[in-house]
Amino acid sequence: MLITCPYCGPRDVIEFTYQGDGNRERPDPASQNFEAWNAYVYDRLNPAGDHNEIWQHSGGCRAHLRVVRNTLTHEISSVAFVRGDHASAARRKAEDKA
Amino acid sequence: MMAEYSAFSLLANALKGNKDWKPAWRKPDPKASYDVIIIGGGGHGLATAYYLAKEHGITNVAVLEKGWLGSGNVGRNTTAVRSNYLLPANTRFYEHSMKLWEGLSHELNYNVMFSQRGCLNLAHTPAQFDDYARRGNAMRHLGVDAELMTPAQIKRLIPALDISSDARFPVVGGLMQRRAGTARHDAVAWGYARGADRRGVDIIENCEVTGFLRDGDRVIGVTTSRGDIRARKVAVAVAGSTGRVMRLAGVETMPIESHVLQAFVTESLKPFIDTVVTFGMGHFYMSQSDKGGLVYGGDIDGYNSYAQRGNLPIVDEVMSEMLALFPGLARVRMLRSWGGVCDMSMDGSPIITTGPLPGMYLNCGWCYGGFKATPASGWTFAWTIAKDEPHDFNAPFTLDRFHRGLVIDDKGQGANPRLH
Amino acid sequence: MSPRRTDTGGRIDRLKTIRFSFDGVAYTGHAGDTLASALLAKGVTLFGRSFKYHRPRGLLTAGVEEPNALVTVLKGEVREPNIPATMVEIHDGLVAISQNRFPSLAWDIHAVNQLGGKILSAGFYYKTFMGPVIGPLKGTRFWMFCEHFIRRAAGLGSAGSAKDPAHYERMNAFCDVLVVGSGPAGLMAAKAAADQGARVMLADLEPRFGGSTNWSNETIDGAPAADWARRTVTQLEGRDNVRLLPRTTVWGYYDNNTLAALERVSDHKEQPAKGEPRHRYWAIRARSVVLATGAFERPLVFPGNDRPGVMLAHAAERYANEFGVLPGERIALFTNNDSAYRAAIALKKAGAAIVAIADVRSELSPEMRKLATEAEAEIFAGHAVVATEGGKALSGVKVQRFDMVTGALTGDERSIHADCLLMSGGWSPTIHLASQAGAKAEWNAARQAFLPPKPAQQWIGAGAFTGSFSTAEAIAEGRAAGLAAAGGTSTPAALPTVEAVHGDPDPAPVFEIRAKGKSFVDFQHDVTAEDVRLAHREGFVSVEHLKRYTTLGMATDQGKSSNVPGLAIMAEALGKPIPEVGTTRFRPPFAPVSIGSLAAERFGDLKPERLTPMHDWHVANGATMYSAGLWYRPMIYGLSGETIEQAYVREAKATRESAGIVDVSTLGKIAVQGPDAAAFLDRVYTNMFSTLAVGKARYGLMLREDGFAFDDGTTWRLGEQDFLMTTTTANAGKVMQHLEYFLDVIWPDLKVHVTSVTDEWAGAAIGGPKARQILAACVTGTAVDNATLPFMGIVHGQIAGVPVMICRLSFSGEMAFEVYSGAGHGIHVWEALIEAGKPFGLVAYGLEALGTMRIEKGHVTGAEIDGRTTARDLHLDWMLSKKKPFIGSAMMDREGLIASDRLELVGLIALDNRPLNGGAHIVEALDETNPHGSIGHITACCYSPALGKHIALALVQAGKARHGTRAHVSDPLRNRFGPVEIVSNHFYDPEGTRMHG
Repeated sequence: MLITCPYCGPRDVIEFTYQGDGNRERPDPASQNFEAWNAYVYDRLNPAGDHNEIWQHSGGCRAHLRVVRNTLTHEISSVAFVRGDHASAARRKAEDKA
Repeated sequence: MMAEYSAFSLLANALKGNKDWKPAWRKPDPKASYDVIIIGGGGHGLATAYYLAKEHGITNVAVLEKGWLGSGNVGRNTTAVRSNYLLPANTRFYEHSMKLWEGLSHELNYNVMFSQRGCLNLAHTPAQFDDYARRGNAMRHLGVDAELMTPAQIKRLIPALDISSDARFPVVGGLMQRRAGTARHDAVAWGYARGADRRGVDIIENCEVTGFLRDGDRVIGVTTSRGDIRARKVAVAVAGSTGRVMRLAGVETMPIESHVLQAFVTESLKPFIDTVVTFGMGHFYMSQSDKGGLVYGGDIDGYNSYAQRGNLPIVDEVMSEMLALFPGLARVRMLRSWGGVCDMSMDGSPIITTGPLPGMYLNCGWCYGGFKATPASGWTFAWTIAKDEPHDFNAPFTLDRFHRGLVIDDKGQGANPRLH
Repeated sequence: MSPRRTDTGGRIDRLKTIRFSFDGVAYTGHAGDTLASALLAKGVTLFGRSFKYHRPRGLLTAGVEEPNALVTVLKGEVREPNIPATMVEIHDGLVAISQNRFPSLAWDIHAVNQLGGKILSAGFYYKTFMGPVIGPLKGTRFWMFCEHFIRRAAGLGSAGSAKDPAHYERMNAFCDVLVVGSGPAGLMAAKAAADQGARVMLADLEPRFGGSTNWSNETIDGAPAADWARRTVTQLEGRDNVRLLPRTTVWGYYDNNTLAALERVSDHKEQPAKGEPRHRYWAIRARSVVLATGAFERPLVFPGNDRPGVMLAHAAERYANEFGVLPGERIALFTNNDSAYRAAIALKKAGAAIVAIADVRSELSPEMRKLATEAEAEIFAGHAVVATEGGKALSGVKVQRFDMVTGALTGDERSIHADCLLMSGGWSPTIHLASQAGAKAEWNAARQAFLPPKPAQQWIGAGAFTGSFSTAEAIAEGRAAGLAAAGGTSTPAALPTVEAVHGDPDPAPVFEIRAKGKSFVDFQHDVTAEDVRLAHREGFVSVEHLKRYTTLGMATDQGKSSNVPGLAIMAEALGKPIPEVGTTRFRPPFAPVSIGSLAAERFGDLKPERLTPMHDWHVANGATMYSAGLWYRPMIYGLSGETIEQAYVREAKATRESAGIVDVSTLGKIAVQGPDAAAFLDRVYTNMFSTLAVGKARYGLMLREDGFAFDDGTTWRLGEQDFLMTTTTANAGKVMQHLEYFLDVIWPDLKVHVTSVTDEWAGAAIGGPKARQILAACVTGTAVDNATLPFMGIVHGQIAGVPVMICRLSFSGEMAFEVYSGAGHGIHVWEALIEAGKPFGLVAYGLEALGTMRIEKGHVTGAEIDGRTTARDLHLDWMLSKKKPFIGSAMMDREGLIASDRLELVGLIALDNRPLNGGAHIVEALDETNPHGSIGHITACCYSPALGKHIALALVQAGKARHGTRAHVSDPLRNRFGPVEIVSNHFYDPEGTRMHG
């Protein structure tokens, strides 16, 4: 399997560390919503098909990547920096305000 | 009455040109309804059907298999059977399984070739040796056999093993469970299938469940590629596909990830190793089949997958660890590799429970351990289905234990399936 | 009459004689021979014994698919078992032996198994050997008794335990086009792609490129096909965008067009060249792949089809044309298709008599009749071979009239004297790699074969692989595939012209002749047609059940020749078309792969070694090194004659009495820097770090998200925005990833950077009553007195001219300091400290003494923070800040984590004054014969020189409440039982007066 790191280019899967389900949302640190915490820590979508997941390029630039990969075929349809999520979310927020 | 299978029946049939053997199980069409439907014609589903019929007298049972019987992990594993766990809930459960294994061929009148050749965990540092001692003593305090071995004893048992002190990870000792061993994986599925069939269970292959019939919350049957089938109770035993099947029932998330685990076999060799052996400074396990192939494996590939195929990094890792223990095998050749999809749970232990919906029963989350669990899994799941409550053996393996913090984490890795 | 070398012909070098031995007998052959061709040339017909019945077997094939002729190649003590003789290139000094026979290949005692033929039918193991239900052989014992003998009879060659002295290497390669197979299709593809300027790799498992051109007798562009092939190869050789890989088996097709290949670099040489590996493992990332892997010829299934002397038709053609070996003098053929007629001509030309051609088809084309006439062969159209005669070599065959539609045999049998029978049951394209790439093969009724699926990855097929069996088609498809793979569009010149025998590529749909006698489907595993039918009778009808129940296709050849005939027989029994029985999914490897090649450089060198800057000093000063993960650390610095216990007791005692020094360079060290570094640490640690003053350190505890304890260590505040975190040695990598994950994924708004600096710093911990004096004696640039360097204080100074950072913190419980310097100066500083310490009786101590002192102090390490314990279990709840949330804070109070019966950390004192053992369990009431009722276990233990007692740390149920009570150690594994007192884990100086000084 090859993952195309947006920074380093296509690299073998051996350079990456899997960090699992990228759909999980961590509750606000002070949140006392235990259901949300439990869901975040333990519950997984585990789809048979496209999976939104996080990989760290641990043997490369060490960035965390959001990868959409098909769990039936291992085909990767998109790779992006996870940090980009936040940047675009912030942008959206700014646009909403404007 | 003469047993259906025996040396005498073999001889008698041979004299008649082997014309009179009957199918090991019937190929019935599904009925409109059953008392119990078991989704999944793998080892666990078939064992469940067998024990439902035998132990609880519930014979109006269908086992629904989407492909061919035993096509899941019962037919693609490294065949080790052991009960050498650290935590009492696991040890008790797997020891119950071990006891069932010890009588299984007679129970089923089917030789599952369970061979108690022992399982040896190699320790490579004094700290690891202490860790194994902790585990071995935990087993002994629950009445399970375990013993420690010195490097010299290990060398006598496995002459081809490199125990030299200049090895990268020298062997300082090992934990041995003599009653552990291997069994013929396919035979377990076939033996349970035949046993269940002879007791009236309908085993229906090529019957894929496509949805659940519901009465409000309650599950009252399934829709399949061969029509709707109703049942008072619907049991799910589809490890590897748990996420997919539960989603059909509207359960979107589970404390499970599906991962691919590769396994390997070499060409047939004359007897080379007499026991199951595991490497302590990585993840590698190996035994030799009766046919002579060395059967071995290591870690899961480490990413969600429903494809029964893995990739090269694990292949290379497993072979490297193999040669660290057995440098004489460099010229032996890997003949075949395959991949199985494992339900990796969040604590490394399984789930055998009522629910999560009314009318439903769930058996999943087997991680690496499903094959050796087959008899006890079927036995306890049948109990749970029949009595609507768990047996003591599976009472700890609930679905809500994760949220409640009652995890059974033999490896101490937390909610990280990749590391269990 | 027997096989022999022809006078001329073949692609061997007749001037070069090679000497080798087989089963102890000396033979000669020629350069270019395989072991199979060289032995066959010497009249050898018996090559091996089958797996189950130990039947005598000869050569079935001439290539990688050989099921019968398996040998063990010996290199001194090192054994290479199960190698097809057809794949061994002979060289001077080659030593090979036959296998799976006793006492000899010619006289094998296990051949007696044949007498039990009907009993030893498919699946017989499952039906017997269960033994009695009661008595000494009950349970699994009877089976294990039988299994002992079964195992000895089973297996093929033997593996050895001597380490292979050869080395193996791995290459990562990238190319635009990987061409697999170098027959006409592959050569054309490689050339077309190379002409487009693409980076091309061309691999073939044979030593000679050219595939069928080496033996086909066809002409291309007016010259012998082999000449055309050689010319094409020469053109490719000269190009720097082409890499040619002969002897290279592409065996695996993995995700994203990653292919794995095995190059046999020096197996064919007497001695590898200097530095040359035995095998090279190629991991090839190809933009595009051309699969030109050809096809395998199938045997026909009829009684006696396994007798030595019965061979595939094209294999005989290969032996004759490629190796100059005639497999017999009087050759009969049996076929269901046209391709075998070409073999008849070839063997006739090579000097054999073609005594008969039995063809199941009653209607033969005029072309085939003409060829048969040319071969001077008697034609038996509409006939089948129903029996073979002979022992370890063929002496004759029997043919009978055969009705292709009903399968009926009629008329009289006719005996034909022959010493070789060639069979052809049609061809199966070699679609293994395409199947591995992830798609299902498709049945083609005309070809009676599975053709490659639609590509699931980037590959293009060409030639016989696609079911196009003629050379002209191969050439056209090969060029098209090469062009397409390289992304080329230009229309090149005319295609090479081929002169070849034209034949119908479609065979008659006949796979089996049902007559009396054993008809083999899988030769190596002795699976007969009757076994397939028995599987049907017992309901094992899907292709996977068939394989698993009968072991069909599970032998070393993985069913390359047997899969389709087996399926066909099952399909007939079921009355269903073949594709409804199913298709096998091929899995890697295509052909067996040496395990050495897969380990490559890691064979003999499994993991890197991590050494601290002071490593050499430790070794030079008598340290016994201990491997801890990848690190090596001193266990003890033993004096001569000292036991381990004597050594660590001496070291610990000296430390507590004067001073000791220990190498702590292996601790994980992470620089945490940035405006939000303090806020980040507040979230990561359970306790507060934002309140920590610059120039001070603090002990911190981390939890996992699920609320369990994760790691501990001290973190030093070097500046307002600059922290140095230390972690345990074992968790250094995990903590780093944990921090990075949170910064990158969860809190990207935090302005913090983390850098692993473990390898940048050398660390020495010096502790004991005289530690401060020793520092004072060698540190310049700073004072080290209590005011300047209070407990948990940090100062900067120099030692022997080297800048150092000193933090006063203590693991040993003594007044102690950790001295950090740049890793490059580590040994310099260490030696300066040792020198300064000499007058004060400073000793170097190892992990054992370190462990002893930490047990005396009751500090926790990985043995207690084992992934299952909580902060409360370890009495670290005082570190759980209530003022802020932190990782794990929301989850740490769940029911299971605060239960009253959890294991808690305690101290133990052996009341019988005997050593305790790590991993021993604790019980309330001792029962040596039937140990039970464990309430916990020992995590670490030692003889405490400070207390003069054997002590331990343990995790015990509700342990804190048991302080002051008695219990017992129960260690049945080591037969150590005895009373202990449960005490606080803080054995020694619980108030910490010594370290606070």
